[in-house]
Amino acid sequence: MRPFTYSRAASVEEAAKTAATQGARFIAGGTNLLDLMKLQIETPTHLIDVNHLGLDRIEPTAEGGLKIGAMVRNTDLAADKTVRRDYAVLSRALLAGASGQLRNKATTGGNLLQRTRCPYFYDTRMPCNKRQPGSGCGAIKGMSRSLAILGTSDACIAQHPSDMAVALRLLDAQVDAVGADGGRRSIPIADFHLLPGETPHIENALKPGELITSVTLPKPLGGTHVYRKVRDRASYAFALVSVAAVFGKDGRSRFAFGGIGAKPWRTDAADAAAPSGAAAVAEAALSGARPTAQNAFKQQLTARTLASLYRQKGA
Amino acid sequence: MPEPLSRRGLLQGSAAAAVAIPVLGEAQAAAPGRPGRQKEQARMNAVGLTVNGREVHLQLDPRTTLLDALREHLHLTGTKKGCDHGQCGACTVIVEGRRINSCLTLAVMHEGDHVTTIEGLGTPEKLHPMQRAFITHDGYQCGYCTPGQICSAVAVLEEIEAGIPSHATEDLDRVAFSDSEVRERMSGNICRCAAYPNIVAAIREVAGEDKA
Repeated sequence: MRPFTYSRAASVEEAAKTAATQGARFIAGGTNLLDLMKLQIETPTHLIDVNHLGLDRIEPTAEGGLKIGAMVRNTDLAADKTVRRDYAVLSRALLAGASGQLRNKATTGGNLLQRTRCPYFYDTRMPCNKRQPGSGCGAIKGMSRSLAILGTSDACIAQHPSDMAVALRLLDAQVDAVGADGGRRSIPIADFHLLPGETPHIENALKPGELITSVTLPKPLGGTHVYRKVRDRASYAFALVSVAAVFGKDGRSRFAFGGIGAKPWRTDAADAAAPSGAAAVAEAALSGARPTAQNAFKQQLTARTLASLYRQKGA
Repeated sequence: MPEPLSRRGLLQGSAAAAVAIPVLGEAQAAAPGRPGRQKEQARMNAVGLTVNGREVHLQLDPRTTLLDALREHLHLTGTKKGCDHGQCGACTVIVEGRRINSCLTLAVMHEGDHVTTIEGLGTPEKLHPMQRAFITHDGYQCGYCTPGQICSAVAVLEEIEAGIPSHATEDLDRVAFSDSEVRERMSGNICRCAAYPNIVAAIREVAGEDKA
C-alpha cells in the first residue's frame, strides 16, 4: 500500500468536509478498498474512518418504509426481522454475496460503492479506461466472459458486481447523502449508478466529499420475493447472471438483474411484460444488449433463470 | 544445554529483530536534517487492543493490517496469511464476537476492540472442543488453513444459534444446523488439501448433531 494518514471522523459533516480534500477517501468496512489499495489500484493519501458516526441503525420511516444506516453491516441487514419479513429479496440478495467473514464487515454504503471485478481493472499491467482514463479497454477484445452485455460503451464493458444493489434497485431505494457543504439530499437508486459512456471512471452521482448516510426503502410491496444467482461456484463467487423479482398477487411483477449490466439493471418494459411470461420479460430486459462472443451466453442464461423463477413462483 | 531450534522460536526471533529497526528509525528521526524520517514518524498511530484477553498497546504505521499486527508485532503466528486479499479465509479471527478476514482491515480501525485468535481459543494442554474435533476427524492435511477454519467454525455455530440466516436457509425465520448450512457458511475458508468432508464432520460433532 502507498503511505496514507488516518483519522476518525467525529461527525458526518466533518467527515464530508475533510473528504472533499485532494486524495482523501472514506473507509467503512474496507473489504473492497483495502484490497484495491494493496494492488495500488486505489492510492488515497488520507483515510477517514466513518465507522463511529452512529450510522448503524435500521429504523422505520414515517412513510411506512425503512431507513438503513450506511454503516449497517451486510450480515445485520440480511438478518434484520423487518427486512426478512417485508423485503426478503434484499435479505436473499445479501446472503448470496461474498462470504460470512466479508458480510460481517461490509457495509450498506460501501456495498453500493464497490468497484467492478473486471479482470482488466484488477490487472495493472493491462489497459483499463476505468482504472486509468484514456488507456483503452483490454476487455472488449479480451477475456470478457464475466462482463456486462447491457449499458456498456466502446470505452468499458465492466459489470457491476453487487447483489445487494440489484435488490435495492428492484425496491426503488433512495440513497441519502450529506455533502461537503453540509447539505443533504436523496438520490433515487436508478440515478445513483452511472453508465460508463466516455467516462467509465465516474461510477456514481456522488460529488467530491459526499458521504452516504443511509439508504431508505419505500413501504413494503408485498408479493413473493425471490433472488436467483447463477455463478461458477455454488457459493462465494460473483454472479454470471442474477435476477431479483417481486411477483405481485395482481399479476404485476418487477424484475432487476445483476451480472449482465454496467449497473444494476431494470427496465419498465421488462416489468410491463411480466403477465406475458418469462420469455417476454427476458426479451424486453435484454433489448439493446451488446454481447461479445464470450459473454453472449448470458442472454440465454438470463432467459432460463427467469423461466426457473416463474416455475418457482408457480410451485 | 542449548535451546532446541524451533520454527516458531526462529520466527519470533526474527520478528523481534524486525521491530528493532523502527526503534532505530525513531532515534534518527530526532536528528536534524532528516525530514523524511520525521514525516514517517508522524505517520505512526497508537492503537490499543485486547487480544486473547490481554491488553496490548502498539505504535503502528496505519497501513498495518490487523493480520500483520497480530503476526509481526504481537508474534501470534497462529493466524495465517494466505492470499492477503480476503479470498482464502486463512486469516480469519474473531473481533467483537464476529469472524472477519484480518487481512482486509487496518489495525488502527480496531481501537478498544476484543480480538480472539486461534491461540485464544485453546492451548495444546487445553484444547477448544472445535480444535479437538478437527483432530478426531482429521479435518486437515497440511494445516495451514486450519486456524482460520477453526475460528470460522466456532463463529458459524454461534451464528446458527443466533438465528442469522444464510444462502442455504430455506425459511429465513427458521435457522437450524445442517450439513448444507455448514458448507455454505464455511465457503469463505478455502482448504487446498480439500479436507472439506472431515471439516464438516468435525463441526457437526461440536454442534451435537453427530448421528454416529
